[in-house]
Amino acid sequence: MVEDWKSYEPLLIPDIPNLHKIDVYEDNGGYEAFRTVLGDQDKWSRKNVTEEVKAANIRGRGGAGFNCGLKWSFMPEPDDRPRYLACNGDESEPGTFKDRNIFEFNPHLFIEGALIAAYAMSIDTIYVYVRGEYIDWVNKFEEAVEEAYEKGYIGNNILDSDFSVDLHTTYGAGAYICGEETGMLESLEGKRGYPRVKPPFPAQKGLWGNPTTINNIETLANVPLVINNGAEWYQSIGVEGHTGPVLYGISGHVNKPGVYEYPAGMPVMDLINDVAGGIRGGKKLKALIPGGASTPILRADQLEGVSMDSNSLREAGSMMGTAGMVVMDEDTDMVDLLWRITHFFHHESCGQCTPCRDGTGWLEKVMVKIKNGNGEIKDLDLLLDMTTMMEGRTICALADAAAWPVRHTITRFRDEFEARCKKSVHAVA
Amino acid sequence: MAEQELHFTDEELNEIEKIKAKFPTAKAATLRVLWVAQKKYGHVEPEVQALVAKTLDLPESHVHGVASFYTQYYKEEMGKFVLDVCTCLSCQLCGGYDVLHQIEDRLGIKAGETTDDGLFSVQEVECLGACGYAPMVQITNGVYANNLTEEKVDKLLENLKNGKMPEFESMVMRQNEKRIKAATE
Ligand SMILES: Cc1cc2nc3c(=O)[nH]c(=O)nc-3n(C[C@H](O)[C@H](O)[C@H](O)COP(=O)(O)O)c2cc1C
Ligand code: SF4
Ligand code: FES
Repeated sequence: MVEDWKSYEPLLIPDIPNLHKIDVYEDNGGYEAFRTVLGDQDKWSRKNVTEEVKAANIRGRGGAGFNCGLKWSFMPEPDDRPRYLACNGDESEPGTFKDRNIFEFNPHLFIEGALIAAYAMSIDTIYVYVRGEYIDWVNKFEEAVEEAYEKGYIGNNILDSDFSVDLHTTYGAGAYICGEETGMLESLEGKRGYPRVKPPFPAQKGLWGNPTTINNIETLANVPLVINNGAEWYQSIGVEGHTGPVLYGISGHVNKPGVYEYPAGMPVMDLINDVAGGIRGGKKLKALIPGGASTPILRADQLEGVSMDSNSLREAGSMMGTAGMVVMDEDTDMVDLLWRITHFFHHESCGQCTPCRDGTGWLEKVMVKIKNGNGEIKDLDLLLDMTTMMEGRTICALADAAAWPVRHTITRFRDEFEARCKKSVHAVA
Repeated sequence: MAEQELHFTDEELNEIEKIKAKFPTAKAATLRVLWVAQKKYGHVEPEVQALVAKTLDLPESHVHGVASFYTQYYKEEMGKFVLDVCTCLSCQLCGGYDVLHQIEDRLGIKAGETTDDGLFSVQEVECLGACGYAPMVQITNGVYANNLTEEKVDKLLENLKNGKMPEFESMVMRQNEKRIKAATE
């Protein structure tokens, strides 16, 4: 149910002052889900927890939208090896600024979710990896972790059960690629964030070669909600195929940018016009990037009736990504915009794969040429050719993420690109 | 750098031990110990990298590989205040380049440079996760200055010249009225 979104009350970041303090969190039902699970391990066997989370179909909020519980079920049976949960708080996809709200305003909800995940997968160590720029949020989050240790929610024989787990927080030092899950594992191991060739997948060989599951911060924050209220309840929020609450980060040319929590499947135009207060300066909407820099841009005329969920966005020709919505008004220069995006991906390519290292470099070079008015029409087709040569041929999805915006911005705003090229061709007259 | 041998104090070594205890290998502590070193020396030039390598008993080549991979480590001495101006996607749309050019103009330097008095360095950076509060600047890998305007940028520069850092700014969700009220009371 999304129609009644105006009466929606936030669940991930509810309107409760000082919720980041453990006492306040507990007074508002916090750690109840974790207590329930540990207190009745017959009803809440590891398998049953995983099944419930799988039935809820929490779609990964890190960008790929994969069913969280299904991912958990890929972990092999426990043996004598250590097992890890690596929580992804790298949050570096341009347009994305949501997970930091969880660290700041409701850290215990995420901690509780991570603890339940660790229980369900028999995990003994949780790492929380945060981007280095978020050092202020790391420090806030570590206070919450300390409180949770003091109260006995983390550590040995938690709440007198046979379950023990440790949680360590650490941070990077500036590199988008460390948000890619195996790049993050390399960084956690103290190395350059070079993504790994898959297979083997992290569930088989993750941190230090041991079984590891990677989840986004917001994904895990949904888990206690599912345990407390059941998968069926969770499925009643949002739309078919994409359920639960979503932190929408709205930025760009709107009157009231910010992070907003609403059900998945919100009508795009309601988010832009009602929630975010419409386009600044009374201007017209030109385009939307729905879920971070790598998700294909949509023209205003493609947005009619579209909602923020994977099915609707796929039909419209884009993706949900991180739900970091970047809104552009009628004055936006698409050539400048795309040039800056190509610069980003070139800067952030780790350089392991030739199609990505060289491809992102060439995309940027050709875009600079076009931006400066020296482009020719055939350069546009060259760019489109390059995107096909990059896609699906590399170790990680950064190359694809770099190719998509180029392909779709050019095809969807071809006139503007051609106009910039033509001008240069005839400029000598 | 000065000739004298670089070293960590007992207190710093203590901190490093705590970091190492988080991980099963010493290598895993590389990023964090580089941070400890950068906090102390203000950069991670090769001598500092060597100290980190020695402390963790790792090859210098490994530490160099890491230090050079991550953008937040300063590979050379920087100004007292490093202004990281985000010009990425949302900030580009909301005037990130105006902020960059204004700062360049006021300080008389270009992105990548440091003022002669050693007070300021300016850099252009990628998305810092503050897109809804654009344009914005991060100061010396620390606090974020959000929703910048021409006046706010001038005020920021003036305050920094007087040694005054901006404070952490909490960005409460607009939906959360009780929180907003509590935060402003
Ligand atoms: C280049 C690249 C960057 C990524 N950056 C992030 C990130 O900053 N945060 C994140 O949670 N996921 C990021 N991802 C997605 C992760 O690889 C992974 O799918 C995700 O963390 C899994 O968690 P989820 O299933 O809970 O979403 C990135 C992926 C790619 C290819
Ligand atoms: S695709 Fe690009 S970022 Fe990913 S591993 Fe290859 S070179 Fe690195
Ligand atoms: S684009 Fe500048 S903070 Fe995200």
